Amino acid sequence: MTRVRFVAVALLAAAGVAAASCSAPTTGPAPGADPAAMVLADGYEPDDLNPLMGYGEEGASKIYDGLISFDADRAPQPNLAASVPTASPDGLSWTVPLRPGVTFHDGTPFDAQDVVATYTAVLDPSRAATVSSGFPMLRGVTAVDASTVRFDLTYPFLLFPGRLTLPIVPSEALATPGPASDLTLGTRPVGTGPYRMTEWRQGSSMILDANERYHGGAPAVRRITIVMAEDDNTRAQRTATGEFDGTVLPPSLARGIAEQVSAQGMALREHSSADYRTISLPFANPVTADLTIRQALNRAVNRQGMIDALLAGQGWPASTPIPEVLPEEVEPSAQFAYDPAAANAMLDAAGWVRGPDGVRVRGDLPARFTLMYNASDTVRRDLAQAFASDARAIGVDVRLEGLGWDAIDPRMGTDAVVLGGGNPFDTAFKSWLLLHSSNAADGYNNPGSYRNAEVDAALDAAQRAPDRASRAAELRRFQTAYAADPGMVFLTFLGHSYLTRDRFDGYQPVVEPHTHGTTWGPWWNVEDWTPRS
Amino acid sequence: MTVLAPARHRGREVAKLVAWRLLVAVPVVVLVAIAVFVLAAVSPFDPIYQYFGAGIFSASGADIANARAQLGLDVPVWEQFERWVGGLLSGDLGQSLSFRQPVATVIAQRLPWTLLLVSVGLLVSVVLSLTAAVVAAWRQGGWVDRAITALGHTLEGLPPFVLALAAIAVFAVAWPVLPVAGLTDAGAPVSFDQVARHIVLPAMVLGLSQTPWLVLHARSSLISALDEDHVLGARARGLPERVVVLRHALPTALLPFVTVLGNRLPELVTGAVLVETVFSWPGIAAAIVTAALAVDFPLLAALTLLTTVAVLAGALIADVAVLLLDPRVSADG
Repeated sequence: MTRVRFVAVALLAAAGVAAASCSAPTTGPAPGADPAAMVLADGYEPDDLNPLMGYGEEGASKIYDGLISFDADRAPQPNLAASVPTASPDGLSWTVPLRPGVTFHDGTPFDAQDVVATYTAVLDPSRAATVSSGFPMLRGVTAVDASTVRFDLTYPFLLFPGRLTLPIVPSEALATPGPASDLTLGTRPVGTGPYRMTEWRQGSSMILDANERYHGGAPAVRRITIVMAEDDNTRAQRTATGEFDGTVLPPSLARGIAEQVSAQGMALREHSSADYRTISLPFANPVTADLTIRQALNRAVNRQGMIDALLAGQGWPASTPIPEVLPEEVEPSAQFAYDPAAANAMLDAAGWVRGPDGVRVRGDLPARFTLMYNASDTVRRDLAQAFASDARAIGVDVRLEGLGWDAIDPRMGTDAVVLGGGNPFDTAFKSWLLLHSSNAADGYNNPGSYRNAEVDAALDAAQRAPDRASRAAELRRFQTAYAADPGMVFLTFLGHSYLTRDRFDGYQPVVEPHTHGTTWGPWWNVEDWTPRS
Repeated sequence: MTVLAPARHRGREVAKLVAWRLLVAVPVVVLVAIAVFVLAAVSPFDPIYQYFGAGIFSASGADIANARAQLGLDVPVWEQFERWVGGLLSGDLGQSLSFRQPVATVIAQRLPWTLLLVSVGLLVSVVLSLTAAVVAAWRQGGWVDRAITALGHTLEGLPPFVLALAAIAVFAVAWPVLPVAGLTDAGAPVSFDQVARHIVLPAMVLGLSQTPWLVLHARSSLISALDEDHVLGARARGLPERVVVLRHALPTALLPFVTVLGNRLPELVTGAVLVETVFSWPGIAAAIVTAALAVDFPLLAALTLLTTVAVLAGALIADVAVLLLDPRVSADG
């Protein structure tokens, strides 16, 4: 009877093996053997590869191309567009000539219909495309002829070409109706980009192979394998054993193993970013709504201290959403210095007196509020703790609560929260989302309902400005107005750290958006890299 | 003890048992499906976060509301349930929100890997427990018996993920002989030797975590079997000890063992969830965690039903096996 049982179990196991091996696709040789192949490790796996759901929205996708892509100096360059888009005199429509002779990975030709289908799907409510909030100015798109499209806007938008980084998908892929998340593009992407996706084992790895017919020439790095390794410490350890050609790591971890891995030819790459972390100050809360409290908190936080202690020095102080790495846009006088003495003096003068427990009180209102942070994000947790301790030093009691976003969401109107985001390509648009009164309490945009007429006016003017010089002037006016009436406490712009095997030529440093990992980082232009002989 | 039934009656009894169990299974499955929807409805997690991902932080309130409407998340839960049952009856399991693929595709891709892991785990656990139980019962009270019993009780109290982390610490970090996680090495294609190497740790942990119940149970039934008359008779006839234990005592002790094995199936599924998560095994059990965190109604419901059916089927197969193997047992309908 034992034998019968054993045979049954063995048969079951064999059936499992057989079934498994049928469904498992087999692909080429193991990594490391080929000098033109690369194995990267990423800590974050995309939910899907569908541009309508946000994949490659900022143009760094290897699989897709947008009409426009950014170069290393953040200037928009034509990609699927044949040349830089031109605006009509009133700024309300943009005409884009398209690159001829481009084909998608499945062999179908690229033309105006694909552009129209992609952007129409973005605007179509029945698609529920998550990227649609990035196009509040877009009214519609039409094909002028097979190789020209025209975008019509509801208001002039100077940096509209910069919004055209959205990847273009074939119109055939959009044939079935329904929500964007149901499209097969999510797991079987079809684009025009330098790489096509050969295999994606969700939760484990993704293989990208060079697109021979890429319109910019077939990439010299023939195969990129991206391994998903969520845990930062594990990823660092595996990198140290030489398993990967590159990875993204938190700054302190990257520096920690940089020396050890440099012996194996790995280089540490540290990129600056427009990726801010900020504390929202809700205006429905009488404490955080108080102008003196807001001004005092901005002077009480030791931004450089947080960067040195929590981010291994990989960060830049933030006073507004505009980073100092963009010198043409930043207003030097709108930066807050660390000055707790001045903060204390301001609170004293405004009638906030210290109580016996050290917490200030005005009338019967104690200077106390709750700060929420996403509990799974260790950087935000650390920043929240540092903020609370700095606030305590000037007599403001900040209670911390680590929560999930579901729990944070309904309370953002009355409790402060640690937020992050930002991109270096259009700081006016991001600032508009974050601080303009028309976006007050609209999702995560301007969650504290900040309202300042001059900030509103300057941000509107910056987006509609006729040229870059006047746009920059409006952005400076916005920062000056904001600094006098700060609606948040910006803390830092994060540095992004990477380790990459130094055996290719073509690396160029960039200033990064909030999005990072193996799509941005040193590999943002990997299609132009060549193996060093 | 009932009178020995002729083979014909046996067949009829088995048929009756199967029919009765199937009849009971229908309301059980329906109740489980309803419970999943009710639990998901009161869950604090909001599926819209899964839909938007990082895009939620720049999405406008109007766009979020529109997405809810398009996905049918704004309707009451009983209406979602109705819609889901309608799809199920027409053979459409729906679209998984967390994997962005049809539920049927997710299951087809992942179920084989779970079956493989669970089968190997079960095999490990059966071999381990029978061997240990025979040794322990044979020399009852000896140091081997005491060690096995103590170890069994200790393991009983250890959740599988503790075992998993310990196994990683020993076999992958301190003495790196086995790969830590995944189905294959980084980026390597799926091949027999890759999978064979990667399955060792998760299958051992899964098997080991199920062993204590089986070992302790098999040991005690073997001890009582050794005291029975027919074993005494075998000994009196001067048969070798090996034959007495393996041929005369073990078969009688195996019958309750089969029942316990069937009843342990739910635990095996729970163990698989933890083991797959810790070892990044791309199976269906790990997908249950993902689906639950994302309130992925269609996938969660399909997987829960699948689990329910597996457990009911496991218990039924075990009972039918006992019925066929032991003439003394009668199906009480």
